[in-house]
Amino acid sequence: MAETHEGDSRRDFLIISTTAVGAVGAACVAWPFIDQMNPAADTLALASIEFDVSTVAEGQSVTLTWRGKPVFVRHRTPKEIEEAQEVPLDDLRDPQADSDRVIKPEYLVLVGVCTHLGCVPLGQKVSDPRGDYDGWFCPCHGSHYDSSGRIRRGPAPLNLAVPSYEYISDTVVRIG
Amino acid sequence: MAANFSNPVVRWIDHRLPIFTFLHHEAHEYPTPKNLSYWWNFGSLAGIALVIMIVTGITLAMHYTPHVDYAFSSVERIMRDVNFGWLIRYIHMNGASFFFIVVYIHIFRGLYYGSYKAPREILWMLGVVIMLLMMATAFMGYVLPWGQMSFWGATVITNLFSAIPLIGDPIVTWLWGGFSVDNPTLNRFFSLHFLLPFVIVGVVILHIVALHRFGSNNPLGIDVKGQKDTIPFHPYYTIKDAFGLGVFLIFFAAFVFFAPNYMGHPDNYIPANPLSTPAHIVPEWYFLPFYAILRAIPDKLGGVLFMFGSIAVLFVLPWLDRSPVRSGQFRPIFKIFFWILLVDVVFLTWLGGKPAEGTYVILARFATAYYFIHFLVVLPALSIFETPKPLPKSISEPVLGAGGGFAGATAAPREKV
Ligand code: HEM
Ligand code: FES
Repeated sequence: MAETHEGDSRRDFLIISTTAVGAVGAACVAWPFIDQMNPAADTLALASIEFDVSTVAEGQSVTLTWRGKPVFVRHRTPKEIEEAQEVPLDDLRDPQADSDRVIKPEYLVLVGVCTHLGCVPLGQKVSDPRGDYDGWFCPCHGSHYDSSGRIRRGPAPLNLAVPSYEYISDTVVRIG
Repeated sequence: MAANFSNPVVRWIDHRLPIFTFLHHEAHEYPTPKNLSYWWNFGSLAGIALVIMIVTGITLAMHYTPHVDYAFSSVERIMRDVNFGWLIRYIHMNGASFFFIVVYIHIFRGLYYGSYKAPREILWMLGVVIMLLMMATAFMGYVLPWGQMSFWGATVITNLFSAIPLIGDPIVTWLWGGFSVDNPTLNRFFSLHFLLPFVIVGVVILHIVALHRFGSNNPLGIDVKGQKDTIPFHPYYTIKDAFGLGVFLIFFAAFVFFAPNYMGHPDNYIPANPLSTPAHIVPEWYFLPFYAILRAIPDKLGGVLFMFGSIAVLFVLPWLDRSPVRSGQFRPIFKIFFWILLVDVVFLTWLGGKPAEGTYVILARFATAYYFIHFLVVLPALSIFETPKPLPKSISEPVLGAGGGFAGATAAPREKV
């Protein structure tokens, strides 16, 4: 037995290195099969839209589609703006100042997807319930959002997301 | 041990591929406890339900189009234009519900008679795996018709994964193949909905291999002591299973033909609209207890953890209930708690269908707490404090008197009997 020891350790080395190379190889082959499920190039390419916000009358909201999701554009009334600006940040679950959520205070642009489990909150139509904070109300599990789209009550952990957008002219925004 | 087949063709094949010997061994002479009650019918019923789902599913797939623009219309075409399409779809739709009914009864049978205890732990755990795979399959199947419930059910359930810290959102994007539930999601769900039932078949085979190692448990929960305690599977249990199947099919047909949409939601006959969520989204009834647990917890991540935890406790159940007595018949206190658990789960099912507000949420919290207390506190405590009733010496004893007792191996692997 003793004389085979040296051979044993060389064999161990071969086994370990072969296994290691094999494992890395398997991981390299697995990755394409995992990554194919991520958004494809054409899905990513569709990822920006333009919209003329001056078409929305004061007090009105419109819903656009961006990346398959609803985007809310609300032309806020002075009352709604004031309410949104006056809330002390300490009262908020996900504290963020209204001024950090808008470029022009009249036009609020939001991703209309509840941050709880992804339903579309109500509040876009005049007949919709708007929750207790003059914003939106998610019927799925009862989240209330305020007139800045911030979470105020219910199970949702975060504010309605503000998509990245910019004004490419005085009234036209490009989202995405 | 090759059986003696009279047909020469069968003999010729069997000599080269002992498939007939195998079947004879496992489905004909297979010694089965002679005291099995009708609660033991539900395993074979579950197997038949799986076959029904696969046959109708493959047929539906011949007419179904997995594309957001065509899925809904292709299902309507199946309903209106394809010959017998309505029948095949209604069998598949109600078959899913009946599959769950059968499997849930099968599981509660196991809970009552302690079928999860040694030496059947792996058998039990494979069963829990089958249940999880069924849930995944049914969830993805429900997305295929691309109605409002399909779409919003898919949205809410996939969003559960966003509760995972840090990697939650990339995982959800990965599951969707986009930034919302959309065509790529529908395509992959169809692919997986087609695949998973066959994975279930594989696990079912393992489940049966594990079952046939020690044979069925029985209402007394004691080990088979010898030949006197068993009868061959065929014809005794084949005929009993066939009778049970007939009764099952009466109920099943009643739903398929007279109330095909009773267990569904009318909203799913409205095409999916990604811009508008229906006012009340509820999952299919068989998910309701888990949905109630999800909503009972006021925290997003917590809700998800408790929901998956409610299934995870089943995996470790054989190590939570340490009582050496299997059958609830001989466990006076356990028996009471078993029924309370059953009522608790039915209550959770009911709560899951109610809006998540006010008292419903409070009640769901109590019911959820009780569910976990049953498994994590009551069962371990009973294993220590409960005094079981005396067990009969053998399966035959209560029938044949004292002579029924056998000296012999306990829980011997069947090969040695
Ligand atoms: C474990 C077994 C299975 C379960 C629990 C199951 C469950 C479901 C459910 C709940 C639906 C939705 C029915 C509806 O509301 O319209 C569905 C649809 C569908 N399933 Fe399955 N299924 C199973 C096996 C299969 C198999 C093996 C195939 C074969 C490819 C298949 C193909 C389909 C198709 C094409 C649809 C869409 C048509 C429709 O919605 O009626 N299923 N399945
Ligand atoms: S998805 Fe909006 S509250 Fe749950």
